Amino acid sequence: MTKTGRTFFLRPQDMIGIAILAILLLVVLPLTLDNFRLQFVGKYLTYAFVALGLVLCWGYAGILSLGQGVFFGLGGYCMAMFLKLEASSVENTKIQTTPGIPDFMDWNQITQLPWFWEPFHHLGFTIIAVLVVPAIFAFVVGFAMFKRRVGGVYFAIITQALAAILTILIVGQQGYTGGINGITDLRTLNGWDIRTDSAKTILYFVCVGLLLASILLAYFVKSSKLGRILVAMRDKEDRVRFSGYDVSNFKVFVFCLAASLSAIGGAMFTLQVGFMSPSFVGIVPSIEMVIYTAVGGRLSILGAIYGTLLVNWAKTSFSESFPELWLFGLGGLFIAVVLTFPNGIAGLYQTYVAPRLGPLFGGAAKRSDATPPAPPSSGHAPAAAE
Amino acid sequence: MNTPVITDTMNKDFVLAVEGLTVSFDGFKAVNDLSFYVDENEIRVIIGPNGAGKTTVLDLICGRTKATTGSIKFKDQELTRMKEHEIVRAGVGRKFQNPSIYEDLTVFENLEISYPKGRSVVGALTFRRDAPVKERVQEIAEMIFLADQLDQRAEYLSHGQKQWLEIGMLLIQDPELLMLDEPVAGMSVSERKKTAELLHTIIKNRSVIVIEHDMKFVEDIAHKVTVLHQGKILSEGPMAKVQADPKVIEVYLGH
Ligand SMILES: Nc1ncnc2c1ncn2[C@@H]1O[C@H](COP(=O)(O)OP(=O)(O)O)[C@@H](O)[C@H]1O
Ligand SMILES: [Mg+2]
Repeated sequence: MTKTGRTFFLRPQDMIGIAILAILLLVVLPLTLDNFRLQFVGKYLTYAFVALGLVLCWGYAGILSLGQGVFFGLGGYCMAMFLKLEASSVENTKIQTTPGIPDFMDWNQITQLPWFWEPFHHLGFTIIAVLVVPAIFAFVVGFAMFKRRVGGVYFAIITQALAAILTILIVGQQGYTGGINGITDLRTLNGWDIRTDSAKTILYFVCVGLLLASILLAYFVKSSKLGRILVAMRDKEDRVRFSGYDVSNFKVFVFCLAASLSAIGGAMFTLQVGFMSPSFVGIVPSIEMVIYTAVGGRLSILGAIYGTLLVNWAKTSFSESFPELWLFGLGGLFIAVVLTFPNGIAGLYQTYVAPRLGPLFGGAAKRSDATPPAPPSSGHAPAAAE
Repeated sequence: MNTPVITDTMNKDFVLAVEGLTVSFDGFKAVNDLSFYVDENEIRVIIGPNGAGKTTVLDLICGRTKATTGSIKFKDQELTRMKEHEIVRAGVGRKFQNPSIYEDLTVFENLEISYPKGRSVVGALTFRRDAPVKERVQEIAEMIFLADQLDQRAEYLSHGQKQWLEIGMLLIQDPELLMLDEPVAGMSVSERKKTAELLHTIIKNRSVIVIEHDMKFVEDIAHKVTVLHQGKILSEGPMAKVQADPKVIEVYLGH
């Protein structure tokens, strides 16, 4: 990217921020947390991919999707299908009526592997499918909606409906999907047992690596002219349109990008946690992921990662003691964020901490370049895509 | 009404030929069987009372509103069948009535987005802020009196400066037809003067349609004036003729 001669796409403070996050995730947490806790962090980080996509899609472009669980799920299911097929070798399933197919299919009197499962015998295909299947789905939805100029609240409701529909479909077609239980009992990846502690540690590092790469990608998009066009569209869509841009193409692009990022998270979830189920696809998880982003700061790439970690950490600690109160806590948190600090943790950081750190970085933080957090005036109406 | 009868074959001489243009909003004809023609390098001013349909005419030309019937030809391209961004790319620029700029971006970034390059998704991702871009932005910024504000967020500009910025965003596209909707509305006297000066420099080598209420300003810049009333042309011609037209005095200038 830098070879083309453009100015490097990371500002000094971005590099410092990414370095701090990398040290935290790659060094500090692995050294201080036991395996069990580290696996939790690994699981939380898979949601951070979704939050990252939401920063681009919702924060920058103003397109609020309440259905990102769909893409997380599609990515997760693609990976789960591969792992399930590997776990369902003829040898492992010889007690079944039809050996060699996943157990839940056998229970549902299916005697032949459905055609769309076939390609998931190949890891290469699976990896491409993780990225491309959700993107194609997002493209179809985005194209249909954005070309018709459906936006704002209507778009949010439609994405929510999609999350509901996909959940119902997965649950209803249990012979093909594993139904409400999802796809479980996943064992090996190309022969490598993913259930051991050492495998889980390795997968944690793979997950962090992919997340850091995705963060770099997000920064690249943000700092390109496309990133500024997204911000411009959020503010004055008509002005962008009447400056010669086909606005819908940009919306479709960012929606697809967010979908692919979410899907990487979903696939990493399946690998680390060892199953995938419709409970990660539906409306509730989709909204939770929006809340992670809002808490972290919907305009901040790094903020969204911290938001995801913090809310999930709170969720885990909270639901251990008061499980039934968690949803109220989460709802309250969301309302508090929207009302009192619309730019989330990152906004608080920008307002109270960064000015004091400014001198440390040789004034680098003062540059108003790229996209600073939106002013409070526009902060309250994220979905107002006019 | 007073427009000459022109046949299709003669349209080539005009930059813009609007013929029989009608738009109906739930039966209400905001623009009613309107025809007018704009020459190369002509400055046309459209005046008329509030609600006459002036803004709607610009909306129709730039594709924001779809015509019910009629034709809009821009250098032989039928605009009524084109999408908004295609119309812009064909060379039609339009300034909105209220300053429409990107408040969250800097003045530089506002102008850069309007720079006519990298307008596709891939083009925008690979767009480079190279020397020609920087020079052009600088050049435009100087024209619109904002050279010292390039790194400032646009939301901190004054109302007049925002109007100039939007004009600059159009200029950087170098449109052949520039349409300005009340460019001096809400400006102070000194800003008005500067804007008139700005318009005199930017109208070179292009056709301009300006909607304006300020009669002194109109007199100053117009080659030809079109008076709209209830979606129809009430009078058209040079300023002196229009000002003397009793119908115009009755519905508009008399107030
Ligand atoms: N999209 C629309 N839907 C319904 N009515 C409209 C629409 N746009 C304009 N109008 C009506 O058309 C008339 C002309 O409006 P406009 O072109 O804005 O007038 P002007 O700019 O001359 O003041 C007004 O009565 C306005 O209410
Ligand atoms: Mg108007």
